[in-house]
Amino acid sequence: MNLEAVRAIYIFEMARFFRTLMQSFISPVISTSLYFVVFGTAIGSRIDSVEGISYGAFIVPGLIMLSVMTQATANASFGIYFPKFMGTIYELLSAPVSFFEIVIGYVGAAATKALFIGTVIFVTAHFFVDLPVVHPLAMVAFLVLTCISFALLGFIIGIWAQNFEQLQLIPLLVITPLVFLGGSFYSVSMLPPVWQTITMFNPVVYLISGFRWAFFGTADVPIGLSLFAISVFTAGCLAVIWWIFKTGYRIKS
Amino acid sequence: MASILSVRDVNKVFDGGHEALKSVSLEIEEGEILALLGPNGAGKTTLISIICGMVNPTGGTVRVGGYDIIDEFREARRLIGLVPQEINLEPFERVLNTVRFSRGLFGKPRDDAKLETILRQLSLWDKKDARIKELSGGMKRRVLIAKALSHEPRILFLDEPTAGVDVELRKDMWQIVRQLKADGVTIILTTHYIEEAEAIADRVGVISSGEILLIKEKAALMTQMGRKELEIDLDQRLDAVPDALSQHALELGKDGRSLIYSYDTAAERTGITTLLGDVAKAGLVTRDVSTRQSSLEDIFVGLVEDAK
Repeated sequence: MNLEAVRAIYIFEMARFFRTLMQSFISPVISTSLYFVVFGTAIGSRIDSVEGISYGAFIVPGLIMLSVMTQATANASFGIYFPKFMGTIYELLSAPVSFFEIVIGYVGAAATKALFIGTVIFVTAHFFVDLPVVHPLAMVAFLVLTCISFALLGFIIGIWAQNFEQLQLIPLLVITPLVFLGGSFYSVSMLPPVWQTITMFNPVVYLISGFRWAFFGTADVPIGLSLFAISVFTAGCLAVIWWIFKTGYRIKS
Repeated sequence: MASILSVRDVNKVFDGGHEALKSVSLEIEEGEILALLGPNGAGKTTLISIICGMVNPTGGTVRVGGYDIIDEFREARRLIGLVPQEINLEPFERVLNTVRFSRGLFGKPRDDAKLETILRQLSLWDKKDARIKELSGGMKRRVLIAKALSHEPRILFLDEPTAGVDVELRKDMWQIVRQLKADGVTIILTTHYIEEAEAIADRVGVISSGEILLIKEKAALMTQMGRKELEIDLDQRLDAVPDALSQHALELGKDGRSLIYSYDTAAERTGITTLLGDVAKAGLVTRDVSTRQSSLEDIFVGLVEDAK
């Protein structure tokens, strides 16, 4: 195992994060604060509570997930797409590193950034609402797993994308709608029965539900199912990455 | 000397069916400079890309320092430094950081003293904190070399190092290559500038349409394959080569005032003595005699033309 290489990629990617602190850190924090102001204070004041939890607190897990999922995907996809775009990928391909180590470096850095942003939002939320955490360990586990799995997804998108438009396509057209419709701002039980059934096909529902369970001890779907869903999603991403590695898809002729 | 790079029967057929390399074999000895000459699209970059791991070969084997590039890719790649043809650098990175990244990527622990030596050698130390986008084209090429050298490779590939570079910078680059050779680094460079191969290479390989046409010591190549021309300036003007001299392969020179005789320097008999005797016998008065050695360029053009 070439740990020096993993470290080099990780440090290089994290340096990019700190170099673009405004874009990668302050911007999600500001947008999340705006969500709190708009949804939590303005609209939330008209909604008493959801399943016994104040609306302001109820949306926090969803907000964290929203940022973590989009940031993990965006960072990982950009991280591997940029060398492809600039041509610097030649160095990765000619270095004594396995594809596995490349993935650890890029996905690890993207997941760290997302985790960092998730933590900042978690802390920021305490300024707006009272936030209990019933199952802290489960919360951390869900957060870390989501960071990693969506960073894996981002890595796949970055390998697949052949231009900047494609790079934005899946996050914009698939991930954002799924997250918004995945119960970030509402409980699935609030939906009409038909939509409750349809919504169960949205994998993000299971992640947000599980994460919310870690905070409040209540969930839309059983926690075991949530854990299963995130495990399947992670395994799926890993399988695609393994296939990319075997075939050299879009990186090696 | 030991062979540091061994390429055996390597071929490459791209997805579209284009055969970029046809059973290429090559042995490189440690410490030498080999120039791979070839026209655009000859397969130079494909060959380098296969050896360095960026392209999978369709068939054949490559061993670097005795290590197979696929089964023992880590050991093999640690020995290799690659300077690509294009200036592939992230514009917002700083020089020292990007070189440090390369060293780490190749599994070497951080060693800023070593990097300082490399950057000083390439006259880049003053620019260590500059962003790539602030550098001139020549400086960027040096950064690419610094990155390739950062992990102290034993074999360095320079893919068209002086393509699109001005004369001064080209000579500068040659000086760097000579210095690297003096440090014991084996160098393989591709080029389509004949003068580059002539100036710095120990051996020259000619590649065209995916095949290595020849690979020889530069000096031996020049002597062995070099044609020489003997020009006999005459006192009078001729309309045609006189019949008395028809057994010699002669051409009439400019204005009909000279005869040009091509001969092989490696041949047992050059035929010069007989020719000069016959010229006198034919009643022609010789004013001057001069010879001209054909350049590597002539040899190269001849080989590539023959291959077609």
